[in-house]
Amino acid sequence: MSLDQLLHPFQFEFFVNGLIVATLSGALCGLVGVYVVLKGMSYIGHGLSHAIFGGFAASALLGVNFFLGAGAWGFAAAMMINGVTRRRAIGSDAAIGVITTASFAIGVALIKRYGSGGKNPDSLLFGQILGVSRGDVWLLAAVMLAAVGVIFFLYRPLLFSTFDPEVAEVSGVATARVDALLTLVLAASILATMTVLGVTLVAATLVIPAVVARMLTDSFGRMLILATAIGAVCGFVGMNLSYHLDIPSGPMIVLTGAAVFSAVFAATGRRGLRRAAAIHEHSGAVTA
Amino acid sequence: MNPLEAHGGDLVRLDRVTCRYGSEPVLVNVDLAVARGEFVGVVGPSGSGKTTLLRTIMGVVTPVVGSVRRTAGVSLAYVPQTETVNWDFPVTVAECVLMARRGRTLPWPSRSERAEVSRILERLGLGNLERRHIRQLSGGQQQRVFIARALLRRPQLLLMDEPTAGVDVKTRHEILHVLHELNGDGLAIVLTTHDLNGVAAHLPQLVCLNREVIATGKSAEVLTPEVLEQTYGAPMDVLEHAGMPLVVDRYEHNAPVAGGQAKPPNVVPFTRRDAAS
Repeated sequence: MSLDQLLHPFQFEFFVNGLIVATLSGALCGLVGVYVVLKGMSYIGHGLSHAIFGGFAASALLGVNFFLGAGAWGFAAAMMINGVTRRRAIGSDAAIGVITTASFAIGVALIKRYGSGGKNPDSLLFGQILGVSRGDVWLLAAVMLAAVGVIFFLYRPLLFSTFDPEVAEVSGVATARVDALLTLVLAASILATMTVLGVTLVAATLVIPAVVARMLTDSFGRMLILATAIGAVCGFVGMNLSYHLDIPSGPMIVLTGAAVFSAVFAATGRRGLRRAAAIHEHSGAVTA
Repeated sequence: MNPLEAHGGDLVRLDRVTCRYGSEPVLVNVDLAVARGEFVGVVGPSGSGKTTLLRTIMGVVTPVVGSVRRTAGVSLAYVPQTETVNWDFPVTVAECVLMARRGRTLPWPSRSERAEVSRILERLGLGNLERRHIRQLSGGQQQRVFIARALLRRPQLLLMDEPTAGVDVKTRHEILHVLHELNGDGLAIVLTTHDLNGVAAHLPQLVCLNREVIATGKSAEVLTPEVLEQTYGAPMDVLEHAGMPLVVDRYEHNAPVAGGQAKPPNVVPFTRRDAAS
């Protein structure tokens, strides 16, 4: 493939918008994914993306703005999941399974019965760059900025409550508030990246960069930086491959991440495997 | 005066404290005072409320009856059981200790915070290990990292949950040595332990707990067969060796070994300590 062919799609505004969104989405999911993986919340990320699909269908039916409707729906689901997880009154896996799959089922039922209000449900399920507008770019940039701000200014409380919530609480960290804020950041991130990554694949983009970064470092600070960079690279490369191979962007970004995972796994050998296995053992992550 | 403030030399005082998890009482009518510079061990069987007692002192558990008073502005720090720590979490020694810093919101520590961490790690014999991952340390070093994290808060009272659980004899000695040094510098310490001979017998003050306080006092005063049977619900003998109480499970002590023969007498000279002594 020549350089001209590689650069050819850059003349199209939709592609440039899609590329920016994919790169930012990868970076955002990589950054937030570190906490998702280390707190064992990957099942929440997975479930939340499905839950938001219900909000998408409901907002289409009611004629409400997609981001407002699905956003409100997603935040409500996130807070319910967060509450269930903290209270441990019933099995959180089971509760999340019920809340999120029921929400997803509502979405499918509503779309089949009443239509999707002009939106293509397939693009939401698997990701699509054609519909990406300047507005989507700005929305994602705003969510990215908010997520970076939260993680920058709450770095120590977030780290402390992720590693050792009991002692963090004793040391003056409001762990319930920190967890709620993190869940909201997660919900906002999923909402903002869903159009490119797709409902079914968002969870993988949350998990893969974080796991790869964990294989490469033992330092939390470096893991945050590495996961963000790996996510951004996967988004950029995946989006280019998506255009040239004519495959939806979500699968290509995830497949690029899987290829990076395989390469790092081969390069780091047993050490990387031990680190990644430890994440799985302690958090139940890597389920996407 | 604030009614929840301790007074006199006490850092914290519990008055007739009862705590419940649901309808199940975990602590009943507990009175306890910890003064500046004291070193108190809390012993008792599993489920006796030792960890709940620490959590009540910290303010994480609120008593349903009674009061917890703390000296105004007292700084507490807590070291959890290392068995509950995720040793595979990606943190270096320095990152772990720096979690406890206060004030500054930026992700990276200030020069003075870095210097403080280095000073504490150096003091605890962990110099040059700042960049090491926490799993790459020995058991004693791992426990000292968490003590270092607690010390960064400059506490007046250090609370530790089973600091010697699951460690070997050498590590236990290391940890006790560090704790005695810190206590010598004026730090009050309350720790829980299951180890009556290896830890409790070496502490200046003991609290025997089984939901309620069975006895408090110097180890030689409370490590008696009566108190221990009341605390643990099992008969125990207390021998004396080199001036130290030595607690022996009476069943094991007198149990016949395979073949019907009684255990051979121990070659070390022991003296049985009667309850009245």
